[in-house]
Amino acid sequence: MLAARVIQEQGVHVEGINFFTGFCVEGHTHAIRRRDVDKQKRNNALWVAEQLGIKLHIVDVIEEYKDVVLNPKHGYGQHLNPCLDCKIFMVNKAAAWAWAEENGFDFIITGEVIGQRPKSQRRETMPIVARESGADDRLLRPLCAKNLPETLPEREGWVDRSRLYDFHGRNRKPQIELAKQFGFTEYSQPAGGCCFLTDANYSKKLADLWRSRGSRDYELDDIMLLKVGRHLRPRPHFKVIVGREEGENHYLSGYKHQFVTLNTTSHPGPTALVDGENLDASDLTLAARIVARYSQGRDAPEVTVEAGYPGGDAMTLKIAPLASPELDPAWHV
Amino acid sequence: MSELIELDARRLLCPMPVIRTQDRIRTLNTGDRLVVHCTDPGVLHDIPAWCRINGHDVLETRTEGRDITITIEVR
Repeated sequence: MLAARVIQEQGVHVEGINFFTGFCVEGHTHAIRRRDVDKQKRNNALWVAEQLGIKLHIVDVIEEYKDVVLNPKHGYGQHLNPCLDCKIFMVNKAAAWAWAEENGFDFIITGEVIGQRPKSQRRETMPIVARESGADDRLLRPLCAKNLPETLPEREGWVDRSRLYDFHGRNRKPQIELAKQFGFTEYSQPAGGCCFLTDANYSKKLADLWRSRGSRDYELDDIMLLKVGRHLRPRPHFKVIVGREEGENHYLSGYKHQFVTLNTTSHPGPTALVDGENLDASDLTLAARIVARYSQGRDAPEVTVEAGYPGGDAMTLKIAPLASPELDPAWHV
Repeated sequence: MSELIELDARRLLCPMPVIRTQDRIRTLNTGDRLVVHCTDPGVLHDIPAWCRINGHDVLETRTEGRDITITIEVR
């Protein structure tokens, strides 16, 4: 937001590009959850574009992004976050879009600041992003440009280097001060994560998914489901995803054509999906007992659970809810 | 002659309904109307915001239970 405004202030026409990888954390990803229904649901990129008065192009990169997540040349950060490869990928995509004849842009800007992030925003990584993305000296970082060699837009006089900045490090005070100067009273929280891959619990679930399938791959539905419900893996070949409240139950029920779906019918309770193959009767019974444990019949001697199959068949199970000592804490993914 | 086009974005979470809307509108002509069917309440904010910054008009927003319908006129 700041970088864009710095360049707009120099009379340059700016448009925004926002990439959707499937791992993005947005306010309304939480809209699935009923209890969060009153929280503000807005797409931050759209909101920023509106504040700046610029067009925004949102690009679905879900398929192409898989290679970044699965084979990061520069490795992962603390979790499964391939931050440096991600940045190279996005600048490369932005450049390809910007240089296209129908768009006709001259250079790319990002809001990067040297030293702001431990993995991808270091002095050593700045030239790597520029070089490996192919943007080279058409990549300008207005907020820290004075700490970096001159770029083409500066040399050509398209922007005035003296009106760019020399921010560095993790301290956000200069950015907050600049935001004040521009009259921005609302902006995204400093250091607020915008990617689920930087989240320890999410990364653990993704690693479990790969391990259980014996291959490092995913589809959009896989990574969306990792954001929803309790995930328990009582056996290596299947896991149970249990809705935590009404909104999640509703969301999970949308997958009834892809997974075995469990619902308690004798007592109010959650909707759950069974994710696995070659499920036998004992697996289904165990899954149903887990689901019953999270229902209002958890202390009842018997709970009725209906199992719906993707083809439309259904089966009724009468089972005893799993007792507390029977639920191995290690099952929680 | 303007057209009325329907887009099914139900069960998609934002920003996918916005992306589908954006990509569909790129193929339409000025004056065409696009009716987008959604279920993520996030679209109530995002699709009008996208329309505002790109200059299209939201003619109507209807919510019935979990179903949301947004009618857009392409500008």
